[in-house]
Amino acid sequence: MTAHLHAEGLACSVGQRVILRDIELDIAEGETVGIVGPNGCGKSTLLRILAGIRPPSAGRVLVDGVRLHRLGARQRARTVALVGQEQDLPSDLLVGELVALGLTPYRPPWSGGGPHERAAVVAALAAVDLDDFLDRPVDQLSGGERRRVLLARGLIQETPLLLLDEPTNHLDVRHQLHLMRLVRRLDRTVVVALHDLTLATTTCDRVLVLHEGGALPLAPPREALTPDVVNAVFGVDATPIRHPVTGDTHLLITPLRTEDTP
Amino acid sequence: MSSVKLALARSSPPRPTTVTGRHRLRTPLAFFLVTLALLASLVLSTAFGAESLSPSTVLGVLVGRVTDGPVTDLAYDTIVWQLRVPRALLAALVGAGLALAGAGMQTLVRNPLADPYLLGVSSGASVGATAVITLGLFAGAGELALSGGALIGALGAAVLVFVVATGQGGLTPLRLVLTGTVLGSAFSAIASYLVFRSPDPAAAQSVLFWLLGSLAGADWHQLAIPAVTVGVVGAALLAGSGWLDALATGSDTAASLGVPVRAARTTLFVLLAILVGVLVAASGGIGFVGLVVPHAARLMVGARHRVLLPASAMCGALFLLWVDVVTRILVRPTEIPLSVVSGLVGAPAFLVLLGRRRYRFGGNG
Repeated sequence: MTAHLHAEGLACSVGQRVILRDIELDIAEGETVGIVGPNGCGKSTLLRILAGIRPPSAGRVLVDGVRLHRLGARQRARTVALVGQEQDLPSDLLVGELVALGLTPYRPPWSGGGPHERAAVVAALAAVDLDDFLDRPVDQLSGGERRRVLLARGLIQETPLLLLDEPTNHLDVRHQLHLMRLVRRLDRTVVVALHDLTLATTTCDRVLVLHEGGALPLAPPREALTPDVVNAVFGVDATPIRHPVTGDTHLLITPLRTEDTP
Repeated sequence: MSSVKLALARSSPPRPTTVTGRHRLRTPLAFFLVTLALLASLVLSTAFGAESLSPSTVLGVLVGRVTDGPVTDLAYDTIVWQLRVPRALLAALVGAGLALAGAGMQTLVRNPLADPYLLGVSSGASVGATAVITLGLFAGAGELALSGGALIGALGAAVLVFVVATGQGGLTPLRLVLTGTVLGSAFSAIASYLVFRSPDPAAAQSVLFWLLGSLAGADWHQLAIPAVTVGVVGAALLAGSGWLDALATGSDTAASLGVPVRAARTTLFVLLAILVGVLVAASGGIGFVGLVVPHAARLMVGARHRVLLPASAMCGALFLLWVDVVTRILVRPTEIPLSVVSGLVGAPAFLVLLGRRRYRFGGNG
């Protein structure tokens, strides 16, 4: 259950302001691609366009050769799932009920779901390591638990293409790694917006760097995130360092010293 | 599925329901009890009023009417069957409708403070009703003039809110709240102006009484339109309950879950406008029912619309039934407006509900 995602000439503007332009993407089946860039560079906007929720002002998105923005809402929701930031969730909803919302594209609007749905919900919660949370009110979740519950809702939607907006936000270091490992093991094509460059380097097949409304070519992490690129895009100094245990190359960010600040 | 199953196999088997979710197991019981209370209340409430009757008298009249037996006491028969039963039924219908509308509105604008009158519908209705009372519009229509004027005003206001909100970027929650509130204030100003310029001092009194809601004068003929409206709109909302659940999580999420967000929002808006318009025309403005009852229902059965909507409707019916009884007996033999009582009961109830939970407010999504 994977999909080939192809986007060409994507652009997006709000009023006179151009947020994105000339975005080209070609993501192979089963690939995990990270999107990185500074705050406000249009990561979330790009994900919303790739999810078919927001129409681009130019260009098109093809999933397995089909134009995404021409699909009906229901069919689209069976093709691509977007797990966003979603800060405010409805009060009084239980975790199980929130996760079961992911089955919406597969049932009529009046249906309340049955026992088979419960099994799917239990499985999705188990996948994000929240086995006991089925009947817990969403209100009582910590920020990290909330992120994982939302991911479970995305998983249960059973789409070949999964888009995640900052899924590791609020997660402790262990759950960041576990979540990204889970994402990597999924038999799906995944596009994930990330803040953490190290996480992007170590967990993504390829990385897309957004910079000033445009995108650098999609490339493997080490080529995409060179010290020069990091310096130009994020304005910080980075040094590639070989990890003494794994042997992988990591980017070590040089901290700003207090005496350097004006 | 495969990946999820795989992950499941790696983890420990799920344990049964935790303590925190226990209240949801009581849902069938809650429905049973509320149904029972509603049926009993419909009968019992008819004993109260300017003239207190014993339950046996009430039952005697009802049984006689239902079994088509002979009318033993014409006075009691008139009080119970001609006056109080239709009034109780109208109270139940209006209460159910307002609670449904409140639950729907809170989902439409994603705000726990939303009430059925948010879209300016009630202020629009008050312009229509005030125009009828003070200017004598539709005088030829007799008793129907007031309801007709209110309905026209309500639907006119809804259309205006819809057009303005759509023109300014769509029916997003924030846009609807702003447009509804601002236009509502404007309509209220117009209604106040109409009252102020009226030479008839009694007009102000009747406008005030109408604005605060009343079920006095209910009769069997008035039941059909509210009954059909509440039934049809309730059924339509229930038919879309799965989509309403998705909409409550925000428009991006709903869209990602395959809900045609724009069409769903528009339909919801139209259904709510018609429902509230008909209710306002039937009973005037009644505060707090549509605001408080959905929250109480959520506490009881949870936030899923499939159970929330019926629970809200039944609790709303029950609540307004007894509010109406209190308006009849508090200052006997004078009747006081419904909003006076529903506000006195509803405001503290709402504070308690708000106090015991952490509510978030809907944003743009």
